[in-house]
Amino acid sequence: MPNYETFEHDVLVIGAGGAGLRAAIEASAADVRVGLVCKSLLGKAHTVMAEGGIAAALANVDDRDNWKVHFADTMRGGQYVNQWRMAELHAKEAPDRVRELEAWGAVFDRTKDGRILQRHFGGHKYPRLAHVGDRTGLEMIRTLQDHGVHQGMDVYMEHTILSLLKDGDRVVGAFGYERERGRFKIFRAKAVVLATGGVGRAFKITSNSWEYTGDGHALAYEAGAELIDMEFVQFHPTGMVWPPSVMGILVTEGVRGEGGILTNNQGRRFMFDEIPEAYRAHTADNEEEGWRYCQGHKDARRPPELLTRDHVSRCIVREIKEGRGSPHGGVFLDISWIKQKLPNAAEHIKRKLPSMYHQFKQLADIDITEQPMEVGPTTHYIMGGVRVDPDTQMSRLPGLFAAGECAAGINGANRLGGNSLSDLLVFGKRAGEFAAKFAKENQHGPVQSEKIDTVAREALAPFESRGRGSENPYAIQKDLQETMQDLVGIVRNETEMREALERIGKFKSRAEKAAVTGNREYNPGWHTALDLKNLLTVSDAITRAALERKESRGAQFREDYPNRDEQFGKVNTVISKTEDGLMQISLEPLPEMPDHLKQIIEEMK
Amino acid sequence: MNAVFKIWRGDTKSGEFRDYTTEVAEGMVVLDAVHDIQRTQAPDLACRWNCKAGKCGSCSAEVNGMPKLMCMTRLSELPLEKPVTIEPIKAFPVVKDLVADVSWNFRVKKEIKPFKPRPPDAPDGTWRMQQEDIDRVQEFRKCIECFLCQDVCHVLRDHQMHDKFIGPRFLIHVAALEMHPLDTEDRIEELRNTQGIGYCNITKCCTKVCPESIQITDNGIIPLKERVVDDFYDPFGWFWRWLKRKSDRQTLKR
Repeated sequence: MPNYETFEHDVLVIGAGGAGLRAAIEASAADVRVGLVCKSLLGKAHTVMAEGGIAAALANVDDRDNWKVHFADTMRGGQYVNQWRMAELHAKEAPDRVRELEAWGAVFDRTKDGRILQRHFGGHKYPRLAHVGDRTGLEMIRTLQDHGVHQGMDVYMEHTILSLLKDGDRVVGAFGYERERGRFKIFRAKAVVLATGGVGRAFKITSNSWEYTGDGHALAYEAGAELIDMEFVQFHPTGMVWPPSVMGILVTEGVRGEGGILTNNQGRRFMFDEIPEAYRAHTADNEEEGWRYCQGHKDARRPPELLTRDHVSRCIVREIKEGRGSPHGGVFLDISWIKQKLPNAAEHIKRKLPSMYHQFKQLADIDITEQPMEVGPTTHYIMGGVRVDPDTQMSRLPGLFAAGECAAGINGANRLGGNSLSDLLVFGKRAGEFAAKFAKENQHGPVQSEKIDTVAREALAPFESRGRGSENPYAIQKDLQETMQDLVGIVRNETEMREALERIGKFKSRAEKAAVTGNREYNPGWHTALDLKNLLTVSDAITRAALERKESRGAQFREDYPNRDEQFGKVNTVISKTEDGLMQISLEPLPEMPDHLKQIIEEMK
Repeated sequence: MNAVFKIWRGDTKSGEFRDYTTEVAEGMVVLDAVHDIQRTQAPDLACRWNCKAGKCGSCSAEVNGMPKLMCMTRLSELPLEKPVTIEPIKAFPVVKDLVADVSWNFRVKKEIKPFKPRPPDAPDGTWRMQQEDIDRVQEFRKCIECFLCQDVCHVLRDHQMHDKFIGPRFLIHVAALEMHPLDTEDRIEELRNTQGIGYCNITKCCTKVCPESIQITDNGIIPLKERVVDDFYDPFGWFWRWLKRKSDRQTLKR
């Protein structure tokens, strides 16, 4: 083995968005040496894109709110295949995690009596999202970043991890490269926390940036951990659709929380047309009631625009498919109509939704205070991920933890808006805490040089493949994205997904021939080639899990099995790697929920 | 329609502009053109980007000589009959192509005294603040750390005084902390000494390039300058600080 530069930490956190930063802060507080690896510069992770807010039952705006209501909302939103213990911990601990941010310098919007203001969001019974206009994610990541850098952690910016290192079953470190020089590095650690975010780049239309290639999912899978719920990919109902270059960029649910309405090309507010049974009692049956809800009237029920994301996305797809879409293949999202209701509506919109105003003005020449936006579904989030212990966030591999989007359980079949930022905080903290504890109880393990040699050789292969028959990594990525978008998207069926699996197999052979030009220094072509492996692994997992779940539930809609099936409501899909390297899938029963929680769900129905 | 992009290609040692021609479609931004060129002609062309929506501040570059976020610069705003030049920001050393070494900024920020809140206002450990008292701080906290203000600041760009002056980005960071209603830390002495606020001569170039439209000079730097002046040139203020420091020291001793 060549002499790679080696770094030693007690806890290595891979990923520096909300979950990774929160984990690193918690581990540092436990007085262990922490390394934090970021794929980009610090503070640029996807958390920065979160707009609407952090869901936590602070009860500042509506004192009827408490953890039980939040728990029941989360379970209902996830159609009851959530890991109940994670949903419970999340609902109980989120308020403290939000208040902690304030103690670290976050400046949330205020109520009239000076407390943290909360706004309405889809699927949440009461106004629950602590927010800063529509740039809550920026506030959160900057607060964590500015607090974190003073806690004594070492930050490795623009580094990518290629493989986890193991000693027997235990994870003892990671091997990766730094972008700037292209050099390989070894990170030895007593415990490793994965906080790498999502998989959005597997799809063509996505709100995710280049980084979200399922790294944590694939690293964990390759190392021998299990992935669950991979079929549940959230398509956010409102992404930009025009102009083409901005397709997929997120339009916050906060627009609807502030009173924005969805209409088709006939001007009809189509969300009133279909309201799922589970939500009928909580949903307004007329426009006036919906508006009063957005204005904070406690006796009003929520407008149907604020139903869960899976449902809203499907309604939008239905309108488009049946010819009632907008000129560029979306539907209309209109906030400007509130000028009929509010004096100074334009100012109000600019104050509540400043970055949406800016984004449409600058990128689409649309003034959202005057005109409706055109929106359509965009790949946003994956509910599935690494299976972890709900209390400690440790995977089945000793020493390997996961938190945030790359871990699974809390969201079940569909995530409620706002529950992601709180998930990052609650479980980032827990992962950091228990990783530090594990690190204190264990010594460094040996790293295997043969494994490192193999990973390094494979990583350099794209430089050797130049010449005839070689493949452009960008072209493979694009073909994969189109396949996943077309065949494993919002509406799925068996035939198309079988076709997708076949194509993924071909992409894997093509990826082996991916070739790059230039040298190892800051070479995006090379990085794209390296990311392909993870993208292909997660695409494979998503497709297999979606095939296995022969029903429609939450984010998974199967046109060949359009209804919910009670049998599938009792199981998770579980994916792992066999000893001979094959992807295997099984259905495993959900953990049994204790009676007192079942009772809460009953009471809140 | 095709357009020509003159993109700076090079590394720490040398570099040159190279021409690339690519097709322009409706609504495209500069970053789209760079991506197209990367995908089809120059796969190793280095550039930073993440959100592609003006929220992360990664894709800063100089487009036709102007500091811009590539993701928010529409091609329709540019005269496409001439080649569009794209080069890295210049106040910092280049790494490769459009990527600059901005690590200095992260080191500078770490030196600034962190947030230190007063004790909570309520027994449950929370604080009370009025919206009107935080509007200004929220304005500063919109900063996406794109460092375009640093790039255009002549103290850094032309005079390379990185060891004496923290630049507009971090003056705004200090302003956000100093004007935070809960903060109890005092950063005025460093502002005057190590952070070099006196080098700013209020040309407002930073404000002009801020993609978040933060009024860097008027709302941040000038009030900070006033605080520095109040503290150091007002004999009563000076005496008060001396007394305060003395009593702080005595409290510590006790």
